[in-house]
Amino acid sequence: MKRSSESGMSVIVRTVTCVAAIPVIIFGLYVIMHGHLTPGGGFAGGAIIATMTALFIVAEGGDAADRLGRGMLLTAESAGLVLFALLAFLGLRTTFFYNFLANSGSIFGTQVPFGPNPGYLETAGVIPLMNLVVGLEVFAALSLVVIFMFSYRREEQ
Amino acid sequence: MIRVKILTLVLLFAFLVACAVQTHPFGKPDQTFMDDYFIQNGQAETGSNNIVSSVVFDYRGFDTLGEASILFAAAMGVFLVLRRVEK
Amino acid sequence: MISLPFLAVMVIISIGLSAVIFRRNLVKIVMGTSIVASAINLFIVSLGYREGGVAPIFTGAPTLEMVLPTPQALTLTSIVIDLAVTAMMLSFAIIIYKHYGSLDSRKRRLRE
Repeated sequence: MKRSSESGMSVIVRTVTCVAAIPVIIFGLYVIMHGHLTPGGGFAGGAIIATMTALFIVAEGGDAADRLGRGMLLTAESAGLVLFALLAFLGLRTTFFYNFLANSGSIFGTQVPFGPNPGYLETAGVIPLMNLVVGLEVFAALSLVVIFMFSYRREEQ
Repeated sequence: MIRVKILTLVLLFAFLVACAVQTHPFGKPDQTFMDDYFIQNGQAETGSNNIVSSVVFDYRGFDTLGEASILFAAAMGVFLVLRRVEK
Repeated sequence: MISLPFLAVMVIISIGLSAVIFRRNLVKIVMGTSIVASAINLFIVSLGYREGGVAPIFTGAPTLEMVLPTPQALTLTSIVIDLAVTAMMLSFAIIIYKHYGSLDSRKRRLRE
């Protein structure tokens, strides 16, 4: 059985990658969602989820970089940037980038008293929505960079 | 040629150390009026416990818009450079 | 007198600059640029330290004296910019290797 670097790693590595993908992605989504309560936010969470793409390409070999869906990732990245600008335009009644949901009683608008408190998820206005959108964009952009750099060397041999 | 390189490196290091001497001592920042306002009023105005998040996304959200555009441009740049042009 | 974190940052910047000046391989030059960028991020964050301060987060905060939050926000942007620059430099290195067959930065390539 020919085992070069293009054919991926052994069965144990591939199985452990599939098993370890679930806690890593859930942890990345937790860091994104709690960006207004704990350290982290959209950028760190998106980078955590993007490591799974690189791990998948390393475990399955360089041929797997052609099978991942590039059109979907390009759409997700563009949608992330457009939605971020749209969220900035929604507060234009007062000013650009105004937090129109904070302290308002709507979906993310609970008021927070001053001082240390255990974190409440329903606060902080438009910031959790921005965290979600930026996390999606960062994950798509980093995955695209890794996939393009890997699949360039495929077509030479 | 190698003496020019060593001289350049020594001059740059001396300039950097001269810059580092003139900063404020570590642990006692100079003018903290803006950050004191953020710490005192950030939780009441934006409603988030994380002051860094409220600075990144609310008080200085315009910089984050530029940063998201730079990330998009980097992905597009890598895509355009590493492209297979059909002959 | 000079404080130790700032001196350490200047030493790391010189190490990265010496990699850019003295090395021939293109990938090592890219690594030197990445080292300089990480040292700059460390410098920006260490400018905002306050003695006896904790992280500027109110969830379970032990005291109310916190470090400055603005340098940390600027460092987030700087990290993303350094990532973009490193990605573009590496893709240019890939194209140079494909077209000219070598990664030596001292070979003359414009005279065909």
